[in-house]
Amino acid sequence: MKADMRKTERKRRLFQILAAFGFNLDFPSLARGEISQAKSKGICVPVLNCYSCPAAIGACPIGALQNALSSLRFNLEAGQKKLGFYVIGSLGLIGLAAGRLPCSWLCPFGLLQELIYKIPLPKIQIPQKATYLRYLVLLSLVILLPLLLVDALGFGAPWFCKWLCPAGTLEAGVLLALLNPGIRSQLGFLFAWKLSILIIFLLWMAVSERPFCRTICPLGTILGFFNRVSVFRMTVNLNNCILCDACQRTCPVNIKIYKNPDSSQCIRCLKCETVCPTSCVAHGWWIKERESDQPETI
Amino acid sequence: MKKRKFWFFCLLIIAVSLIVLGLFDGEFKTVWQKASTICLECIGIG
Repeated sequence: MKADMRKTERKRRLFQILAAFGFNLDFPSLARGEISQAKSKGICVPVLNCYSCPAAIGACPIGALQNALSSLRFNLEAGQKKLGFYVIGSLGLIGLAAGRLPCSWLCPFGLLQELIYKIPLPKIQIPQKATYLRYLVLLSLVILLPLLLVDALGFGAPWFCKWLCPAGTLEAGVLLALLNPGIRSQLGFLFAWKLSILIIFLLWMAVSERPFCRTICPLGTILGFFNRVSVFRMTVNLNNCILCDACQRTCPVNIKIYKNPDSSQCIRCLKCETVCPTSCVAHGWWIKERESDQPETI
Repeated sequence: MKKRKFWFFCLLIIAVSLIVLGLFDGEFKTVWQKASTICLECIGIG
């Protein structure tokens, strides 16, 4: 069982590292301290990877969504039909394929959280109630405020990116401040605020597992809605489950997979599957399965 | 499982339709334009 776990973890780490480089491949732009102009930046990536990171070659779907919503009023008044359908559809397609699988296998910010959590310090469990904050963040900072608070021209602001996102501060703010003297000279209160939030999260990551994913991340929250219908899914054979809770003890988001394999918090890291003493937890792509192949599962 | 498949295909049709509609309205270019310009909010300037 331990060999299984090591194998899966090594595979997952490899995916995370390859994805972190894969989504940030424009090294010449990084060396110049300028934003990449790659044509692929019109495509939404399935992870929270800031498009203002100089090396980023894709668009952060949460940034793109906020920008679509914040310019919606202007576009409608100007008679333009750009209503953010492309971004919403892209988010739907990612969610339908894999649910929250990208959170644990592809997200660079998830990788950072996992690495920092390895620091040997006393660990603190995140209260379940704190995980509901992510719905409030999604609804207020990503949807309502960009949509409703607009200037005289009808433009809103990407509130989540502006006031909260520590991934943007790290990948774009800190990096560009280090690489680009022009940007460094313009930093003020807002950067100090965002840097403080980043530092709070970095400290929190050392004592709690994936605090950003569990309490804030709007992309994970959106993808979590799709865990119930995604092609990739977890199953639990209840006939074999002995309710030992080994799954919960190893789970980075502290859930009991046997209660709800489609939980919106489940990031599909497969740790529960590898530690289950009765091998009742499994994963798969249901498109490949036949109805007759299904054991008694939930 | 049947329910899952039903909702999956319904949502898939909606998602693909939204992407196609968005592409026809030039949203790919809009996303690219924003993503390839420095986002002052992301950095913490404006």
